[in-house]
Amino acid sequence: MANGKMSLHLIRRKTVNAVMLSLTGFCTFIATGTLLYILGYLFVHGGKNLSWDFFTKLPAPVGETGGGMANAILGSAKLLALAMVIGVPIGFLGGVYLAEFGGNTFAYLVRYVTDLLNGVPSIVIGIFAYTLVVLPQGHFSTMAGGLALSIMMIPIAIRSSEEFLRAVPLALREGAMALGASKSKAILTVVIPAAKNGIMTGIMLNLARVAGETAPLIFTSLGNRFWSPGWEQPTASLPVMIYTYALGPYEDWHQQAWAAGFVLLTLILAVNIVARFILSRQAHVSR
Amino acid sequence: MVTLVAALTILAVTALLVYELYVHSALSRHKFGWSFLVTRTWDPVAEQFGALPFIYGTVVTSVLALLLGIPLGVGAAIFLAELAPPKISSGLTFLIELLAAVPSVIFGLLGVFVLIPMLHKIEGPLRSVLGWTPLFQGPFYGVSLLSAGVVLSLMIIPFIISISREVILAVPSDQREAALALGATRWESTWDVVVPYAYKGITGSIFLSLARALGETMAVTMVIGNDPKIVTSLFAPGYSIAAIIANEFAEAPGELYTSALIELGLVLFALTIVVNGAARLLVAGTSSKTGT
Amino acid sequence: MMRNIIGAILGIALLAAVGSAQKALKGSGSGEQILINGGGATFPYPMYSKWFDTYHKKFPTLAFNYASIGSSGGIKQVTEGTVDFGASDGPMSDDQLKQFREKRGCNVLHFPTVLGADVPTYNIPGIKEQLNFTGEALVGIFFGKITKWNDPELTKANPGVNLPANNIVVVHRSEGSGTTYVWVDYLSKISPEWKQKVGVAGSVNWPVGLGGKGNEGVSGQIQQTPNSIGYVELIYAIQSKMTYGKVKNSSGVFVSANLASVTAAAARASKEMPDDFRVSITNADGKDVYPISSFTWLLIPEKIADATKKKAITDFLKWMLTDGQNQTEALDYARLPKPVVDKEMKAIARIQ
Repeated sequence: MANGKMSLHLIRRKTVNAVMLSLTGFCTFIATGTLLYILGYLFVHGGKNLSWDFFTKLPAPVGETGGGMANAILGSAKLLALAMVIGVPIGFLGGVYLAEFGGNTFAYLVRYVTDLLNGVPSIVIGIFAYTLVVLPQGHFSTMAGGLALSIMMIPIAIRSSEEFLRAVPLALREGAMALGASKSKAILTVVIPAAKNGIMTGIMLNLARVAGETAPLIFTSLGNRFWSPGWEQPTASLPVMIYTYALGPYEDWHQQAWAAGFVLLTLILAVNIVARFILSRQAHVSR
Repeated sequence: MVTLVAALTILAVTALLVYELYVHSALSRHKFGWSFLVTRTWDPVAEQFGALPFIYGTVVTSVLALLLGIPLGVGAAIFLAELAPPKISSGLTFLIELLAAVPSVIFGLLGVFVLIPMLHKIEGPLRSVLGWTPLFQGPFYGVSLLSAGVVLSLMIIPFIISISREVILAVPSDQREAALALGATRWESTWDVVVPYAYKGITGSIFLSLARALGETMAVTMVIGNDPKIVTSLFAPGYSIAAIIANEFAEAPGELYTSALIELGLVLFALTIVVNGAARLLVAGTSSKTGT
Repeated sequence: MMRNIIGAILGIALLAAVGSAQKALKGSGSGEQILINGGGATFPYPMYSKWFDTYHKKFPTLAFNYASIGSSGGIKQVTEGTVDFGASDGPMSDDQLKQFREKRGCNVLHFPTVLGADVPTYNIPGIKEQLNFTGEALVGIFFGKITKWNDPELTKANPGVNLPANNIVVVHRSEGSGTTYVWVDYLSKISPEWKQKVGVAGSVNWPVGLGGKGNEGVSGQIQQTPNSIGYVELIYAIQSKMTYGKVKNSSGVFVSANLASVTAAAARASKEMPDDFRVSITNADGKDVYPISSFTWLLIPEKIADATKKKAITDFLKWMLTDGQNQTEALDYARLPKPVVDKEMKAIARIQ
């Protein structure tokens, strides 16, 4: 009797085991399956709609078919370049500070605020750039959009630089200082070069992340159906074009939105794959 | 020295951000006071603005995203960390981490053209199973709180999976071995030993995802339906804070209107800070509990 | 230190590369590129886009960049001075004019460009016919009082059409818009209750419905949503091949929006055009008149400090009123009546 109960109990436990384990497998299947399905859809659909015109032509007048997004591609490149020029130095230097001089309360505060800034929704950054640049300057511009993106880059740049600098073995620093180098000299000549690859990859990943940001651009760099000369004029950008074209009524716009999505995502994923490859190789070497 | 200046810049930028939001929302804050947060009217003609429908839409879609995302995400993380052969696990994890890099606007694009047609197909079955609840009432137009929640869940699942998987992997293997040696099944060792051990990290990943979902803009704007009403049915269209700012900020006529939108931005900012803060507190709390 | 310098150099090099790539891509343009920025109404967007495209091809150094952010956006941004010109389908209110004067220290001028029409457009599976709508039916639908497609108010006006018993899904604009202004201006003329409870403005507190962004967004939304109805500018319905209804005018005739019926709506207004061009022509008299028609305006500050920009804008206005008008009909917008063109030609001189 007692034995029967025991085995019943055991059977129950074994069943639960089997059911739950297959359930987790099922979860994995659903989660990755759905995600891969929709991305596959994007690649098939976007690739189909891609043409040479897409890269070389300006958008056609509204409602006419044809044309491309050459100005949006260049616009995105300019916005990213600007964001990098502003965001990376601040982020990198901040990261050096946290990694090398960051044991005090002030560093704790900086770290806390960096996390805070990282958590600020991108649309709020858009409002910030609008009140900070667009309103005082009196016009929408590449500058305003680039600034908004740079603010998004800073916190990530800080944390990734800090992380990679910290990963540099203590022995290296001590060695340099034992040879008589000052702390700042040791950082410049030994620590930063040692962390260089990691930091560079961090920047690449960071750029890939902000490349797809749309919300901070809607009311800073606005949009433009022509080329945007210089830095003081509104500019088109790929993410904003996807947004407007996807919601438009024209079939041709939808197709171009797919093509733009394809281009944008291919770039982002390529950067991610390359960066991860570099990082994993580095991890092997350092071990 | 230079590095200190850079560190100070972060503080300055963040302080300036809060200051700008605060100053530019002054008009609305003075006119409506705290009642802004609990008023459900949004009437641009009468210049009556209340944040409640947007807060509601934001919270409902985010919670829905968590309800769908947590079981799927944590389940998949357990599978990848505990059960799957290492090769498959690292391959899938690589893919999933790539998915976390997909921008919001692309999820919106897919939401409009792939997900909504899919939801139209499962509307019938959903209604026949859950149609008795107030959550699945009324007509379904495609764009809705439900669509926004589902798109959001897809966006946060990669986060939950990759962080949870890492914390589960970090659980020392003697914990598992001890449980197995005592005669526990694989599932029992995972669920009763490993998961509680990793509880803190999993909760952290969930809160991070929540903060992300709350502030998510583009994908939600494209599928939520843009209707500032408070309706219990998930089939109904709604509106989120981020979505109304994206839609109306550049075009809101009148100072008070703009100011109200900026105050919404301030509310969203505060909301994400509270969630991030809560995540920290919670994580600290659980860590001291499991520590003993 | 070295690294920072290298970083800075790299950054500058990148900027320079992007800059030169841009020059190279732009090609021959030897003269300085002038970009005039404008924004606003989505209602005439296809027309403006066509004009600006033609004009850019004619004068390659001149680009008019137009953002279709909605009429309220046009009014807001021109008042803030973030764009060189605005555009709207609803004339600015006295309050808005006053605000403009206070902010910018000069007046803003309205220049009618074309005439267009708001049409009720719908997506009812199985119905391809052009339905008839009375003003009362439209008020009822947008108030949420008429909720089924087979409501008597609709079946009465459409004998012989088998309207389904499905729920009506209302789609409206999510942002401030001149198309909305024209639409609710008409509804208010039909229904005092609408005027009192909802009012007339670019964005209102809608009793029912989904929001779509822009004429583009509303058309897109209707196409994706069975049993929906919304209002868009005629060209959007035509270009995206959507069915749209006839509307009963004040003489009791159901009229379809087209060049003739929209032009007819402007007949009286063109004779009695006020000096500031601010005029509403919804629900105008006449049996051929399409009742939900409107002028659409460019909003141009009276004073333009930058002489090149001023010249570019006034030149464009003159071109738009002459050659530009010849392109209107291909896009189903009605051209401006002759007296209005003459009056505007004179008004251009007021831009200083």
